[in-house]
Parts: sequence; C-alpha cells; structure tokens
Amino acid sequence: MEKYQADVAIVGAGGTGLRAAIAVAQADPKLRVALISKVYPMRSHTVAAEGGAAGVVRDDDSYQKHFEDTVAGGDWLCEQDVVDYFVHHTTEELYQLEHWGCPWSRKPDGNVNVRRFGGMKVPRTWFAADKSGFHMLHTLFQTSIQFPSIKRFDEHFVLDMLVEDGVCRGVVTYDLQNGNFVQINAKCVFMATGGAGRAYIFNTDGGIVTGDGLAIAYRHGVPLRDMEFVQYHPTGLLGCGLLMTEGCRGEGGVLYNKDHYRYLQDYGLGPETPVGQPKNKYMELGPRDRLSQAFWNESKKGRTIKYPLGEAVHLDLTHLGEKYLHERLPLICELAQTYSGVDPVKEPVPVRPVVHYTMGGIETDGRTATRMEGLYAGGECASVGIHGANRLGSNSLVETVVFGKAGGDAMAERAHQVKDFDSPELARQADEAEKRALSLFDVQGGESLGKVRNEMGETMEAGVGIYREEESMQKTIDTLKVLKERYKKIALTDRGRIFNTEWMNLIELGYTLDVAQCMVASAINRKESRGSHQRLDGPNGAYKERDDKNFLKHSLAILNKETGLPDISLSDVKITTFAPAKRVYGAEAEAAEAAKKKKEEQK
Amino acid sequence: MEDMQQKTMRMTVLRYRPEQDKEPFYQTFNVPYHHGTSLLEALFHIKDNFEPSLSFRWSCRMAVCGSCAMMVNNVPHLACKTFLRDYEGKEMLIEPLANFPVERDLVVDLSDLIEKIERIKPYIIPSEKDAKMPLNQNFKQTPQQMEAYLQFAQCINCGCCYAACPQYRINPEFIGPAALTLLYRYNIDNRDSGKKQRLPHLNAEEGAWSCTFVGYCSEVCPKHVDPSSAIQLGKKMSATDFVIKMFKPE
Repeated sequence: MEKYQADVAIVGAGGTGLRAAIAVAQADPKLRVALISKVYPMRSHTVAAEGGAAGVVRDDDSYQKHFEDTVAGGDWLCEQDVVDYFVHHTTEELYQLEHWGCPWSRKPDGNVNVRRFGGMKVPRTWFAADKSGFHMLHTLFQTSIQFPSIKRFDEHFVLDMLVEDGVCRGVVTYDLQNGNFVQINAKCVFMATGGAGRAYIFNTDGGIVTGDGLAIAYRHGVPLRDMEFVQYHPTGLLGCGLLMTEGCRGEGGVLYNKDHYRYLQDYGLGPETPVGQPKNKYMELGPRDRLSQAFWNESKKGRTIKYPLGEAVHLDLTHLGEKYLHERLPLICELAQTYSGVDPVKEPVPVRPVVHYTMGGIETDGRTATRMEGLYAGGECASVGIHGANRLGSNSLVETVVFGKAGGDAMAERAHQVKDFDSPELARQADEAEKRALSLFDVQGGESLGKVRNEMGETMEAGVGIYREEESMQKTIDTLKVLKERYKKIALTDRGRIFNTEWMNLIELGYTLDVAQCMVASAINRKESRGSHQRLDGPNGAYKERDDKNFLKHSLAILNKETGLPDISLSDVKITTFAPAKRVYGAEAEAAEAAKKKKEEQK
Repeated sequence: MEDMQQKTMRMTVLRYRPEQDKEPFYQTFNVPYHHGTSLLEALFHIKDNFEPSLSFRWSCRMAVCGSCAMMVNNVPHLACKTFLRDYEGKEMLIEPLANFPVERDLVVDLSDLIEKIERIKPYIIPSEKDAKMPLNQNFKQTPQQMEAYLQFAQCINCGCCYAACPQYRINPEFIGPAALTLLYRYNIDNRDSGKKQRLPHLNAEEGAWSCTFVGYCSEVCPKHVDPSSAIQLGKKMSATDFVIKMFKPE
C-alpha cells in the first residue's frame, strides 16, 4: 500500500479543515500537512451556508451579550468557558477572512456591515449577501493554495483511523480517482468531516454529509456528545428542503399560516412586530427550535397550508422590494425560482422545518482535543461545547474558523513535541481496513442500498423529529437494528475500483447508521425537554419540561463493543457565570431583563 | 407550484468503466419525471433503480458546490439546475463534461482546471504595510469597490466554461475562462498588491490573448459570472501593462 508520512492529517476540507491546515502551515512551514477530502475542497458543504457568521463588532454590542445569547439559546447546555473563548475569538477570525479577501457586505463607509439573526440581542451577523459560506469556503481554499506545506489528498475517502497503544497515528484512505488505498501516518489527526444530516430523509444537506468522522471516532470508542440535539431549520423550501436562510427573516421576512396570521405570536415570541420592522429576539427572530416547534403545533391545529408536496407556511418577503432582495438575498431568489417556481419578489415562498444541523458531535475539550491522544475534532462533527441544546444561526459558520484555528495551533504544538512514528502494526491495520472495504464486494444478498437508506431517513423523522415520545423512539431503535442487519445483505453491482460511488455510498451508509443509532439512543435516555429535544410524554407529561435536577448534563454515546450499540451516560456541564434560568423571548424576555436590572439597582 | 403529473423521458447516458470497457458506450433509460424533476434526480433514479454502477459527482443539489457539471445534448450544464420539463417532447443525451479526460462514466478528470486555478495565485497578496494590519480592523472597501470584482468572485469551479471554450479544445495550454476570471478578480481588488506577480500569467501566450472572444463561456455559466467579459478586461489590463513597460522598463 502507498504510504505517506505527515505531521498533521486533516480529514475534511471545508471551513474547519482548511482553516486548521492554514493555521498549521503558518505556525511552522516545515510541518507536513495532509489535507484529505472525499471531494474537492470547494465542494464541501460549508459552501451552502447562506446567512452569515456572528462576531461582535458594533458599539452597542459586547462579548457578554453574545455569550448570554449563545448560552441561553443553547438552553444552558453549553460549556460556558468554551463559549467565552469562542465569543472572544470570532471577530478576529472574521477580520482575518476579510484580510484574505472574503467579500463581506459593506456599509457605504467601506466597513463591514452586519445583519440581524434569530436569538441574537444585537445585529452581529457578518454576511456576504446570502452566500456567506460559499465566499468563506472559496476564500479559505484559495488562501490555502499559497502554502506549499499543505499537501491535498482530493477525492480520498477515509476508511478508518490507525490507532496504536490508544494513540491516534493516522488514517487509511481510498483514492477514488486511482482506485487504490493510501496509508497516511500522522502525529495528529483532525476530524473536520461535517455533520450527519443525511440520517434524515428531509434535510438541507449535501449528499456528502454522512457523518463519516463521527462514526469513525465512535467505532474507536471515542464518545459522541449530545447527539439527540438535531436542529430543524424552520424555513426549508417545500419539496426539496433547500435552505431559505434565516437572513430572510433577519432582513424582515415574516411567516404566515393559512389564515394569513403571524402565528408565532401564539408561541411566546410576540407581541406581533410591524411588518418590515424586525425586532431582535421577537417573532420571526426567535430561535430555530421554537420556530420549528411552532410549525408542528400549527400543523396539529390544521392551520398550515396544504400543497401537493405537503404542508407549509408562507415566508413572505414581498414587502422588501426587488432591489433590496436582489442585493441582500440573491441566492434565495434564485433558489425559490428554480426549485419552487416562486419569485419571492412577487409571492410568498412555501416553507417548512427541515433537518439542518448536528449539534452534538465528537466530544472535545475547549481546544478541539478528544479523549484519544493524537485525535482532534472541529466544526459540525465535533461537540466543542458552544451549541448546547440549540444552536443559534450564524454561530456555526464562525465556529469553523475559530476552532479550525484553535485545532491547527494545538496540533502544531503537539507535532513539535512528538516524533514521527511508524510500525508494522499501523501497516497491519491499514491492510485490515483495505480488506474490510474489499470484503463488501463478496456480499451475496438481495438488499437494496437505496431502500435501506430511505427507510433509515424515514424512521429518523418518525422517531426523533421535532417532538419525541418513548414509543416512537423505541420503534426507531428497533427499526435501525433491523436496517443494520439488512445492511449486511446489500450486494454491490459495481465491481470496479475506479470512482466506484456505489461502494463508497455503501460505506457512507454504514457510517450514517451508526450515527443515527447514537442520536436516538441519546434521545430516549433524555427524559426531559430542552432546546431542540422536545418530548410529549412521561408520567403526567413530566418530560415536557426541562429538568435541571437530572438532566443539566451532556449525553455521551459510547460504543459497547459487545452489543454493537451505544451505551448512554451523562457528563457534567461547565457553568461559570451564567446560572440556568427560564429561556424567554419576545416581550417576556424584555420583562425579565427589566426585572433583573431593577434588582441590580436595588443592590 | 408543482404540477405532479408523471411523464417519461428517454435518456441516453454515456458509460465508460476503464477497468472493463475497451471504449465508451451508450445506455438508454426511460425515466419517470414530473414538473420539478431535475436531471440530478433523474440520475438518482437511474442509479437506485436501473444501473447502480453509474458514477457521477454531486452534492449540494442547489447549484453552489459545482460538482455535477455535465453535457446535456452537447451543452454544458449543472445536473441539479437542469429540469427534464425543459426537454419535453425531446430526448436527452447525457455525457461527461467536454474537453476533460473521462475518468469514468460522467466523472471527468478536473486536475488541469485545478492546477490552473492554483497557478494564477488566487489570493490576496498584501503590500508590506497591509500585511501588518491588525485583526481588529478591516480594509476599507466601499460597496462600489466591491461591486467591481464581485461578479467575478461568484465562480463555483464547475468547469462548464472550459467545456464550452473552443480555444481550450484546440489548445489545452490556455489558462482558460475560470482561472483568468479569478486572476482578474484579485487584480482589481483594492486590498490586493499582487498584480505584478499575476501579470506574467495574464500576458503569457496561454493567457488572456489566447481568447478569441467567442463568448460561449459566459453563455453557459450557471452562475452568470461572465468570464468572457473578465478576459476582455484582462486584455485591456495586459495591454496597459505592455505600454507602461515600453516607457518604463524594469
């Protein structure tokens, strides 16, 4: 097998992976960086992020406000020391991207502009029209080209990590173009493979978002943390699920039900704000979990709008006018027109909640190190601790660069401390991974890859959707077990080695099934409602409420090698300065704030 | 909104599996579709139901990742942004992107495009002073200054323009539409001071002057980047540089 010796191996070349690679290259140009991606870097799903990236920049804003919005938005399940580090490093990373050429939208005076976003007290979302992820990704990719120490392994699909004596020492990849395998030894491995939204049938994600890094870490006994928290974005395009950015609402878009009523006022987000005058943390600028839950309740009340493709509500942008829409939301206009036949300038867009983001991930410390020596993780595949039970929009795009940089720096440091390593054991493991992958060609059986994949997606929607109950979750657990058995009987038709996507898709599906099991096992164990995890059951409906006494804790999913299933345990949440309180928005939040101020004054 | 009536499209796809086929061949499928069915979804249908070994690249489904460019009735398109309804009453011929070597089926080898993008230094090269700009401030760039290059920064590297370019077809040395556009984009960004380092590529025989201004690249670009216009502006920049050099040799 071909072999390559690196100092740092980075798996995934989206926002996080590229930022980490650049950080290592800048820390020391002598360090050999292997940047591995199953696609070309600019295909990574960072490219599809629309709305923007949060970073405190206005005079009326502060790190403290961003911290509070994030922790309260996450329903107090955030690591507060990590959030503190995060909010203090967002702005410099966004300026760094600006220096590298990112076309952030500007004010007339030539300084960067910010827009409103859901759950944020003050406008602090940097944006490049509604193509923020696209511009960030291309800026990072193009910037990375100037560093000769970054060796890219484009279209290399990672099959496994190499682990000896409990230390992560590399990865083994399948090179799609040449149809062969490559062993990449490294002093540090960084997982930056993105989320696992493809576990659900209706999602905003690209086909590549299959949870590869999550599953690989999990199979080696590394815990996946808070996997029950799956974000439904409230405004996906009906039918295909493509994202209609929260920026639509930040710019003043409103949501109507079938009676042309702004229903969000019935869900603790009111009172109604005038159309065209969006107000932070009110109505359409509430957090994503609340908005998606409101849709579900509207549907139960029969107040959604019925289309041949399903139920929807209307996202109305028409009052913003053609010029403004084409300047601020050009991609939204293009997507709605192309994929829905609706021109947002003239008519409302039918939207519904859609799976968007994996808030849990590989457990890491505040600087991306996992429990396994030599293994790091960042971005959507990681749980560094900033999202808690509900991520605020525009925190994840900036997370990619803040923790990409942090991870890169941490790995550069380790690379200086440890020596190159190679051993017959690593070669044996690489051969083993190759054999395992090749053995899939020997499977005889009548199962269909497409069917198993679709049934997984459907059972996840049914069991671990916006609202959850013991019974339906158990059913999903059982179904996934059956699907994993059926998975073993999927026979490959394609016998070739070169660019065999059927084979790769099969391995990806294996990854996603493991991650799906962690999601539902974590969910059924959390007998409370918090953030995006909402339950309808329990004795006298007890699980409908947040239960800080028992569940102000992270969930950990750890593979039990005997059962092949995740064992779920709980771990402590780091609370530094912001004590848990009721999570409120709209007028209720303002009243709470006023009461707090009064109390402080009386002191 | 959606017209859900189901119809059938006759679709012929070029197949080539280097390990078993001596040469490419065509395979025809009858694919059911409705008003909203994209070519990408039609390919999913073929892969899931008829021919699991058909290989093609895709990811985002929303015309921004640039993976799924291919030839549709001899015209380069993104599969995710091409709809079967627009070919009603006709047949569809699906082939890999022209002017690139075929790796397999609808997958082409894009390394030449990537190498050219890398070659033209597509990143901000700051002046010595600007390189010291602290990370608590931005470069001033007015909306007008940004407007000058923004259209040319919308390229998704899909390769459609190279498949359309008659010059690239006969002269693979030509740097080509996407990379020359990117070169021009950085040269006119007011944050950049690296123009001098990129001009040799623009001025070179395989640079802007190889373009014969057919303009087909701009016609097929799925993101309306207008590379043809960027190249003509690049020629102007190159000519100016030539005149300056005549009077002020280095």
